Order: sequence, then C-alpha cells, then structure tokens
Amino acid sequence: MKTLNEIKCTFPARSENESFARTVVCAFAAQLDPTVEELADLRTAVSEAVTNSIVHAYRGIDGGMIAMTVRLLPDAVIYVRIADKGCGIADVRKAMEPLYSSAPAEERAGLGFTVMESFTDKLSVHSKLGSGTTVTMRKKIRHGTEHDRH
Amino acid sequence: MNLVELKQEPQKLTAALSGELDHHHAKEIRETVDLAVREQLPPTLVLDFTKVTFMDSSGIGLIIGRFHLMEECGGVLEIHNPSPQIRKVLRLSGADRLAVIRNHLSGKAEKA
Repeated sequence: MKTLNEIKCTFPARSENESFARTVVCAFAAQLDPTVEELADLRTAVSEAVTNSIVHAYRGIDGGMIAMTVRLLPDAVIYVRIADKGCGIADVRKAMEPLYSSAPAEERAGLGFTVMESFTDKLSVHSKLGSGTTVTMRKKIRHGTEHDRH
Repeated sequence: MNLVELKQEPQKLTAALSGELDHHHAKEIRETVDLAVREQLPPTLVLDFTKVTFMDSSGIGLIIGRFHLMEECGGVLEIHNPSPQIRKVLRLSGADRLAVIRNHLSGKAEKA
C-alpha cells in the first residue's frame, strides 16, 4: 500500500521512553485531525506494544533498542510498527490470550495484546525465539475521513 | 513529579494520583500506596483518578493488585473520577467490577 507520509525512530528500551513513543505517534496522527477518542486509542495501543518490548523482550538484557515506524496510508489509516530484537515469544497465540501474562508476580495484567487488538483495527504479531518480535497495528481515523469529504 | 498524594481520614485513605499511569510510573505509586495501606489498614482505599491523564494496562495491574491487598486487609477499593479513556480500559479489563466507581460531580456510585 502506498505510503503517504512516514517517520522512523529508534530508542533504548527504557521505561521512560514509553511516554515518548506514545507522544510521537499521536503527534504524527494529528495531521488526520483525529477525535480525542481515536487519539486515546492509538496512544494506549502504542503504550502496550512498547511496554511489552521493555518488560518482556529485553528482560535482563541491557542496551536493547526499539525501532518504531509510523506511516500514513491511504484512506486515513495510521500504521504503526514496533520492533525489538529481544528474546522473542515462544507461543504467540498463548501470549495473545486475554489475562495471560508471563510475569504475573509483577502485576502485569496480561492485557497488552487485548488492548492493542481492541483499540486498533488490525493487529499482527511476528516473533522468533532469540531474534525478536515485531508488532504492527493499523487504525483508520474516521474523523479525518469525514473531515476530508466536507 | 509527585505521582501520588495521600490523604488520611477516619474511615478511608485517599490516594490522589496524577500524570500518566503507565509501567514506568506504576511501581512508585504501588510502593507508596501499599506502605500507607499496610500502616493504616483503612476500611476504604480510594484511588482518585481526577488528575490522571492517561492509563494503559499497567494501571489495570495496579488496580487489581490493590483490590487484592484491600481484600486481604478486610477493606474495599473505590475508583474516583476516571476519564473516558480510563473507563474504556477499565471496561475492557473487567476491573470495573472489582471496585465501586464514583464520579465526584454526581456523587453517585456507578458502573464504568
């Protein structure tokens, strides 16, 4: 699909960057004039993906990096790809089950993928043990589409 | 930045949270609130979300954990003034069923 606009950034997998990642995606999406709710959905979904990389992918590993790509696709679709080179997920289907967490003792609710799935239109997760995980999400900004028609 | 401000009253302990409740900030809030709950054993713990501008599932972990702590101590948990974004995350997780949710403007207990 044709990319109309794109940004890329890479940052260390440190928890203080969770806020940075959310803010970057929202700033990029602002060009579509999203509603407050659409922006909040995107913000929350990005936060979950980045937190997963920090909490799970790079557990016990220093210096891990997260690569984030945000694209504007035709029909007012925001595409977000968040990739790490961490430990990878052995069983993606199990990891995506609501309430499943590999770290319940740390009060992880096991809802990261559930939130990403519910708050975006399309979620895909590719992972390879020892190589890392790539999460891609697409969300159509309906407010922006309506806005363009007027 | 002060993420949590505690207010003690005879029957309840209120933890007024502020800012963005994500994984980065959850730990500090958890430690502050748990220390106060274990010291004071309040019948009611109020997590006041009036000044919370964002919450992801790390906040759900925080709420579920405090629900269990209050249960252990024989008390109850209340959530005050969650924003629409926070209500949406609460509903999705089912955590809205663990605590009484109140909106200060109406003062009525309600479901998220």
